[in-house]
Amino acid sequence: MSLLAVENLTVGFDSGTVPLRVVEETSFALAAGSTMGLVGESGCGKSVTAMSIMRLLPSPPSRVFAGRIIFEGQDLLGLSPEKMRAIRGDRIGMVFQEPMTSLNPVLSVGFQIEEVLRLHRGLSHAEARARALEMLGHVGIGAPERRLAQYPHQLSGGLRQRVMIAIALVCRPQLLIADEPTTALDVTIQAQILDLLRRLKREFGMGLLLITHDLGVVAEMCDTVAVMYAGRIVERATAEALFRRPRHPYTHGLLAARPRLVPKGGKLATIAGTVPPPGRRGTGCSFADRCPRVLPRCRSERPELAPVGDAQLAACWNPVP
Amino acid sequence: MSVPLLEVEGVAKHFRGKDGRWLKAVEDVSLTLAPGETLGIVGESGSGKSTLGRLMLGLHQPTAGRVRFEGVDLAGLSAVAMRRLRRHMQPIFQDPYASLDPRFTVGASIAEPLVIHRLGDGPARRRRVAELLEIVGLEPDAARRYPHEFSGGQRQRIGIARAIAPEPKLIVADEPVSALDVSIQSQILNLLIDLKARLGLSYVFISHDLAVVEHISDRVAVMYLGKIVETAETAALYARAAHPYTQALVSAIPEPDPDRRRQRIILAGDAPNPEDPPPGCAFHPRCPQVMPHCRTVIPPRLDLGSAASPHPVVCHLYGPPIDSRAD
Repeated sequence: MSLLAVENLTVGFDSGTVPLRVVEETSFALAAGSTMGLVGESGCGKSVTAMSIMRLLPSPPSRVFAGRIIFEGQDLLGLSPEKMRAIRGDRIGMVFQEPMTSLNPVLSVGFQIEEVLRLHRGLSHAEARARALEMLGHVGIGAPERRLAQYPHQLSGGLRQRVMIAIALVCRPQLLIADEPTTALDVTIQAQILDLLRRLKREFGMGLLLITHDLGVVAEMCDTVAVMYAGRIVERATAEALFRRPRHPYTHGLLAARPRLVPKGGKLATIAGTVPPPGRRGTGCSFADRCPRVLPRCRSERPELAPVGDAQLAACWNPVP
Repeated sequence: MSVPLLEVEGVAKHFRGKDGRWLKAVEDVSLTLAPGETLGIVGESGSGKSTLGRLMLGLHQPTAGRVRFEGVDLAGLSAVAMRRLRRHMQPIFQDPYASLDPRFTVGASIAEPLVIHRLGDGPARRRRVAELLEIVGLEPDAARRYPHEFSGGQRQRIGIARAIAPEPKLIVADEPVSALDVSIQSQILNLLIDLKARLGLSYVFISHDLAVVEHISDRVAVMYLGKIVETAETAALYARAAHPYTQALVSAIPEPDPDRRRQRIILAGDAPNPEDPPPGCAFHPRCPQVMPHCRTVIPPRLDLGSAASPHPVVCHLYGPPIDSRAD
């Protein structure tokens, strides 16, 4: 059984007369202890998918039109707000791109880690403090006693992200959702944080849903990958299969656009045009207008995710051979 | 060798902080840029790379040292002469949205440098704007529209059109593709490479993204805490990085190829506070190959390359052996 199964999820926002659907008919599953990358460019719906799993989108204006989110056997969408709060931060941890906006600036690091334990575990102050200290050690923060007394603004970006990870993992969740956890960080700090996430995942045996725009990060970290485009998953595969032989023209284009794959100064592959916004995605394949392999049928009939090889699915009428 | 287009010689820029302490944003930097060359400058936040870019454009007065453009020292110029020179050196920024006036039409923004530098009359400027829009791949009707109507990639095209409008010789581009999605990033990089050949431009390309810098640059300089620690021709720098910091940066490039998951060099700690740089080599607290004297002695600058292809590196590893018993 999967740790997390997202089934046919459709999420939108009320806006004017017609609701805008930003995530449509999205399905994927994450096995316990494994890492899945949810990858795509700005506006593809990857963060909305993550926020929907955590039920962190305010409703209204957001609305789940269809779908189920099965975590450890129960549908998160059917839970009361109280039950969901008990799961969030305990069974499922979350780390965001910019720790400064998710950490509370007026509370000490120690308070923010201990708060999670007092809330979910009912620990006393002393017990919580001991666990917080231990957790700072796990995330590689030196001089933990001193750090507990500090405030977020006194920490560097890398340290803040370590604190966020400590808060997310202090209850030893089964699932960590990390939304662009290293995007705001410098290259050498990104390498530290990715290394830390890999190590903690192994030590704690948790599943990791990694949301990113960076295919390099996906290749480094993930067992499986789902590529999102304009609100839908267009390709899903093991990381090995996807990077060896991308089948959807969008995935193929994204990989080819990376500078390191062509001779220096040579023409980089590009994907012409821009992503259609929600509400203007038509009835056919949303990628049709930008696709070098487009067929007449692509503009009228939407392709479903279908097997294109071992452990590989693509939503395409004319996949890359 | 011909006269360099740009020469930076022993340049420093210090800022005084609120508490009266001095921040040495750039310290003793020397670089040259030949006509037609692209020089990449890589570094992490706080390395001083953007300050160096502004010094090169004459937007900051150096605290020490000289910046010469075609042999002319920027420090000696009157305001009028500086303005005349500026025409030849134009910036491109990370976020063109922040550098375009939202109340100006795109056409007015692109024409602004022509107005400032008194190039052409009204009809000539309109023709030039139309020509520039075509060069950067935008529709002619873009001239009548406003910046908010464009996507990030299109806005960067507008920023590029504005930069090339007065026919500059030098473009200093500071993180020009960092805010863009991968598929758009490649469009803009292709455009910059095209324009360089077509218009005979020279680039200083500042970025934290080593893969992008590798693709576009002829030579690359690596900055750490205000100083250049290594400079080399691009292929040499990526294949034979000599400074331990460069080695770590190169090994940290995430590759979209699971077969190439290789041994990373993971540096401990954060970059130190530039207001309080460590003594000796500023990199020593994070250096995996630190030696005792790195903590006290400023490393020498040594050339590991040849006269034809210099490869200066500032590191004790390549210096004469120092008797560490002296420590």
